[in-house]
Amino acid sequence: MSEQDDNKPKSMTIIVTKGSLDWAYPPFILATTAAAMGVDVTLFFTFYGLPLLKKKLDLQVTTLGNPAMAMPMMGMHMVMPNLIGMLPGVDGMATKMMKDMIAKKGVASIEELRDMAIECEVKMIACQMTMDLFEFKLEDMIDGITLGGAATYMENALKSDINLYI
Amino acid sequence: MADQVLDAKGLNCPLPIIKTKKQLKELPVGNTLEVIATDPGSVADFAAFCRTTGNEMVEQSQEGGVFRFVIRRAA
Repeated sequence: MSEQDDNKPKSMTIIVTKGSLDWAYPPFILATTAAAMGVDVTLFFTFYGLPLLKKKLDLQVTTLGNPAMAMPMMGMHMVMPNLIGMLPGVDGMATKMMKDMIAKKGVASIEELRDMAIECEVKMIACQMTMDLFEFKLEDMIDGITLGGAATYMENALKSDINLYI
Repeated sequence: MADQVLDAKGLNCPLPIIKTKKQLKELPVGNTLEVIATDPGSVADFAAFCRTTGNEMVEQSQEGGVFRFVIRRAA
């Protein structure tokens, strides 16, 4: 930036590309925390991140292709081999375990974090192309979002202090 | 004695910070908020929060896994 303007709030954008229970956390945690620290935040939801804007969330986690996912169990950590992760019901079990841990450890749910983000006036943009591609309807999405594309994102990103891709 | 108290015990990142910000916003400028937390990460996080937002960390202490921060709301 060529000129310093101390009065202008800092700003951040995040491109949100993943919609599983585990990957939904980083963008919402950073967005709410940044907003609490006085940062203007814009989230751009695209591809598999877009369902995070649906009114009703039913987020899942998978052990497949996730070799570093170590779930605490009986004082140890259990890593699920991919071969077992492929079996029906295993992802459901892993999701339930994760949700139980989240509740037990005082970690906010994604629904709570999303409500807080809305309350803190985090701007949320739904990728119009992804809406078309995956046949999402605007009426299934939460209120207060805007529709836009790459140019909308770029305009925000170009004037932001921090731009992340998650 | 702080003007208001926020019990954030048992809450994990980022909830203590978000709830603190929410309550600070309702506080008159210059008043203080005492936050009680059990998240060990809150020590670094509240220091960073105060440095970044300009709110003042007036007091901080720790006893048996419970952390207390007294924060004065800046303008």
